[in-house]
Amino acid sequence: MVKRATRWVDDRLGTSSFAQSALNKVFPDHWSFMLGEIALYCFVILVLTGTFLTFFFHASENAVVYHGTYAPLYGTKMSEAYESVVRLSFDVRVGLVMRQIHHWAALVFIASIVVHLCRVFFTGAFRRPREINWMIGVTLLILAIFNGFTGYSLPDDLLSGTGLRIAYSIALSVPFIGTWLAFLLFGGEFPAHQIISRLFVLHVMLVPGLILALLAAHLAIIWRQKHTQFAGPGRTESNVVGSKLWPTYTFKSMGLFCAVFAVLGALGGLAQINPIWLYGPFIPHAVASPAQPDYYLGWVEGALRIWPAWEFHVFGHTIPEVFLPAVALPSLTFLLLYLWPFIERRFTKDDGSHELLDDPTDRPGRSAIGAGVLTFYGVLLLAASNDVIARDLHTSVSGVTAGFRVALIVLPPLVGALVYRWFLAVKVSGAEGISHVSFKQIVHPHPEA
Amino acid sequence: MSDRSPRRSVKSIVLALLLSIASSVGLVILYVRGGQPQLEGSLIAVSLGGLAYAFIAWAHRLLPGGRFVQEREPHRSSASDRRSLDRDVDATEDLIERRGLLAGLLAGAAGVLGIAALLPIRSLGSAPGESLLATAWKKGSRVVGEDGSLVTDLTLDVGGILTVFPEGSVGRADSQVVLVRVNLDDFQALPGRENWSPQGYVAYSKICTHAGCPVGLYQPETRELFCPCHQSVFDVADGARPTSGPAARPLPQLPLEIDAEGQLRASGGFSAPVGPSFWSEK
Repeated sequence: MVKRATRWVDDRLGTSSFAQSALNKVFPDHWSFMLGEIALYCFVILVLTGTFLTFFFHASENAVVYHGTYAPLYGTKMSEAYESVVRLSFDVRVGLVMRQIHHWAALVFIASIVVHLCRVFFTGAFRRPREINWMIGVTLLILAIFNGFTGYSLPDDLLSGTGLRIAYSIALSVPFIGTWLAFLLFGGEFPAHQIISRLFVLHVMLVPGLILALLAAHLAIIWRQKHTQFAGPGRTESNVVGSKLWPTYTFKSMGLFCAVFAVLGALGGLAQINPIWLYGPFIPHAVASPAQPDYYLGWVEGALRIWPAWEFHVFGHTIPEVFLPAVALPSLTFLLLYLWPFIERRFTKDDGSHELLDDPTDRPGRSAIGAGVLTFYGVLLLAASNDVIARDLHTSVSGVTAGFRVALIVLPPLVGALVYRWFLAVKVSGAEGISHVSFKQIVHPHPEA
Repeated sequence: MSDRSPRRSVKSIVLALLLSIASSVGLVILYVRGGQPQLEGSLIAVSLGGLAYAFIAWAHRLLPGGRFVQEREPHRSSASDRRSLDRDVDATEDLIERRGLLAGLLAGAAGVLGIAALLPIRSLGSAPGESLLATAWKKGSRVVGEDGSLVTDLTLDVGGILTVFPEGSVGRADSQVVLVRVNLDDFQALPGRENWSPQGYVAYSKICTHAGCPVGLYQPETRELFCPCHQSVFDVADGARPTSGPAARPLPQLPLEIDAEGQLRASGGFSAPVGPSFWSEK
């Protein structure tokens, strides 16, 4: 049966030789090479669940009065967008689970991209000849974060509406073009009542389309260049050692897809996320407290909270306070990420082609920089909770903020120095590096205990 | 392939798949009977978890893996392929460069069309103009609450707070104002604003000058307004000067007066543009 089908296709397209080489293609086995695949499968699940959601969502800010089954909001004035999400959550069978799986999948999507990026960074997989795929990957991260923001802004609830208000203010702060930028994005002065329908088009068409195209390019380039591998017996710069695409790798990968879906299903069913009916519909003069974005924008939120109240005046114009933490910092972050392969090359003078990965301990300098940078953004992420931390510690917000400012300056170099010393010691001693840690050892650190 | 006996592996995979089938049947029954989010999620997890186990155990224990070796071909093309392409490029380049005028005009035409194609972006929104400097408040505007009811000198006790709008513009985002009543003994009006706070009624724009959130929290004992988004603090008794947090500008003040009927009115516009700062601001 399968043979007849492949014959039929081959008669017309001559695919047999490609298909055979594809089935026999060898992929190296290492648990850390599956991180990017988790992101891929999250994207698949996002498209599946998201398509279902679009059938019920109304991207409109027209005012309606709620008459659904959720009693606390009965008779409340709200936008059609908000009403449709509340209806989807309470009155559409499996609507709530679909919505919650979708939201959780977005959170795991971005997290797995970041962890995948860290794996690529700390093992030097971005080096020649893989600079192009590194930059495509950074672009995918930006698009994923952007689509996360557009997605959670769609329900037009009080929490996300506050986020849009802040986004508008950030757009306003851009020198020269800020006011135009904000007015063209939102359709006029906030709230111009056009943003939800615009975000909807971006969220379900433009950005996912870009992600799909870049994902295809990302995978095609991996296919073409073949995956990197860690050094080991029999593994050289000129071979790939591992499992064949069919059947072993395919089975493993399908297993991973099912595992990701299983975890997201459990989260979507059991762990409440973004209960917009508790926040209420967006009203410009009301605000939710505490108000925080999803974690992947937490570092920008943290920067907004702990940046000093510096506002500059140049030639009669204002550079608003939010410009540096919310525009300049993210721009610089992604610029440096894009350029990292070339920056590193300037220092290492290593222009060679690499198929064997570094162990993170092979390169204490790079690993120290990576650890310091991660610490920097980790501190910013925590700073996005300065009010909650101050409340829980029964202390003042300004005290916590001051603490975060100190931590932001002191901790990254400290962590970097510690990692440098540690990895250098491992390297000098000739002990086994981090890449030899197996997945089993991570799940069961002490099997004998 | 692991050392575990294939028989035991097959047995565990069979179990996992049977569990998955049972759970998926459960999903069907659950859907037909009306659905329940927690059960739906749990059954999805079991259905797909069983499949995941089956796939991974099958791959690890029953399929060959890990020992296959494939050679890598060089990433770059062969030297002769490169030279051959170079020759073709050179040849066609000559064909085009020979017509310098045409090539230049072609590039120019594409460029001008590209600029023309950018203009529709302008249709996306109204021009900012003076709209960021204007609000609905005018001299004489009557102060009303969120429900549109008129605010009089009896509306608030000392320590009270109310979100107010100009009559006829309730809910307008740029005109939201936080009205507080302070004890005049604790209050130092700024020079030139001595008459802006009759009977201790003080009004400030409710839009945070940092990132535009509504400044919604008020602590009467310290006469401080808090923004819940980024924790800026404004001192009501000192012209809403920011005392802590990232805000750099005071909340603009709205001058008030009380008319003969005891109703609160604006006696002018705001002391400064409301909302977060922006580039074109003087």
